[in-house]
Amino acid sequence: MAGLRLEALRPRVLAPVTLELQAGELVLISGPSGSGKSLLLRAIADLDPHEGQVWLDGEPRSAMAAHLWRRRVGLLPAESFWWEDRVGPHFPGGAGDPESVRRLLGDLGFEPEVLGWSVSRLSTGERQRLALARLLTQEPEALLLDEATANLDPANRDRVESVVEGYRRARAAATLWVSHDPEQRERLTAKGSGRELLIRDGRLEP
Amino acid sequence: MGLILLSPVDLALASLLVLLLAAMSWWLHLGVERRVLIAAARSTVQLMLVGLVLKVLFEQTHPGLVVLMAVVMLAAAGFEALQRQKRRFCGPWGYGIGSFSMFVSSFGVLVLALTVIIRVEPWYQPQYLIPLLGMLLGNAMSGVAIALDSLTRGAWDARGPIEARLLAGATWEQAIGSIRRDALRSGLIPIVNAMATAGLVNLPGMMTGQILAGSPPMEAAKYQLLIMFLISAGTGLGSVVAVWIGSRRLFDERERLRLDRLRDKRP
Repeated sequence: MAGLRLEALRPRVLAPVTLELQAGELVLISGPSGSGKSLLLRAIADLDPHEGQVWLDGEPRSAMAAHLWRRRVGLLPAESFWWEDRVGPHFPGGAGDPESVRRLLGDLGFEPEVLGWSVSRLSTGERQRLALARLLTQEPEALLLDEATANLDPANRDRVESVVEGYRRARAAATLWVSHDPEQRERLTAKGSGRELLIRDGRLEP
Repeated sequence: MGLILLSPVDLALASLLVLLLAAMSWWLHLGVERRVLIAAARSTVQLMLVGLVLKVLFEQTHPGLVVLMAVVMLAAAGFEALQRQKRRFCGPWGYGIGSFSMFVSSFGVLVLALTVIIRVEPWYQPQYLIPLLGMLLGNAMSGVAIALDSLTRGAWDARGPIEARLLAGATWEQAIGSIRRDALRSGLIPIVNAMATAGLVNLPGMMTGQILAGSPPMEAAKYQLLIMFLISAGTGLGSVVAVWIGSRRLFDERERLRLDRLRDKRP
């Protein structure tokens, strides 16, 4: 349960961004490609050098070790990367509670056997859903999602949307979601708990 | 068994073989004849100069001159190690990491060998110090260059997986761990292989030299063993230091992967 506050955050190509997300609030961001959406998320996760400060639940990022911060503020990049040969070893958190991992995988349309699969044989869409599962087993307190459903068919897109929404509500996790899809933005904000922001000419606007 | 002195004519005869090699390159369109000739000319000038310098040095045993020679050797090794890396660190780090790690490892092992193992009096006696240092530096240079090259190349190619691990809450050391191990391994493999096959396939250069110069083969073998152990330790230590500093430099204080600290690939 955590809110996220950005103050004068300044990724390359963007004017300083000041933004506050309440705990559990959903903010959808859109904008032309190359406008800096991904850079904004990377800056919040502290992957690139930049100016500005971020608070999670009132705690400043600078007071926290970087790896701890990234565990608590989870970023799902548009392209997922894997560092072991099989899927299973990427879910170390699952060792504590295998049941919840199994349930999460089931909600995303996977059998538990997927943990034994070789990463190199996964399709792009499978990777994308598994990357979300990997992220959620870390139990982040805030979510940063970059085109989380870009490579998915409608059925799987719906699964991802409902898993993310379920997680956001259950954990009251502030969620910043970059989405190209106007229908998706409409769907997610229609339920009343989200707002939309647009990046135009290097500025974040309502 | 005495030393047969080589005359300039003998060397000239041997150099004809290199000329033949260059001619062959030209004839087969290999395009390396220029490089062969330049390398042969360079080695002639360099070795003759070193021979002259060492002659003067051995007659003096002046610490200042020994230090000067050692510094020149280290500077050259640092430059050569830098040349052998495809993606180097920007600024002084590029030269600094290699030179520093070679300095620490080679000089550390050298002083240990001279004072504790061979027990030379005084320990900086150039007849022992300079050849030992040369062998240590030469091998550490290869190891360090290969290890750093493998580290920077590995990090560059694995940017996605490294950042994915960072995002999964890993520390920078966990995120670069496997690349670091690969880099160290590749730096160590040449010298370990050389140790494993020493004497079976070829007689190591130093031992050959001693035997040609008239030393009893057992003495030459013992010296070769000593050198081999020193070289492996020096190369290993140098690679560890270089890879540790290099991998630390790839991340900043907020544990971000900073590939912008590497220069673009050289053509």
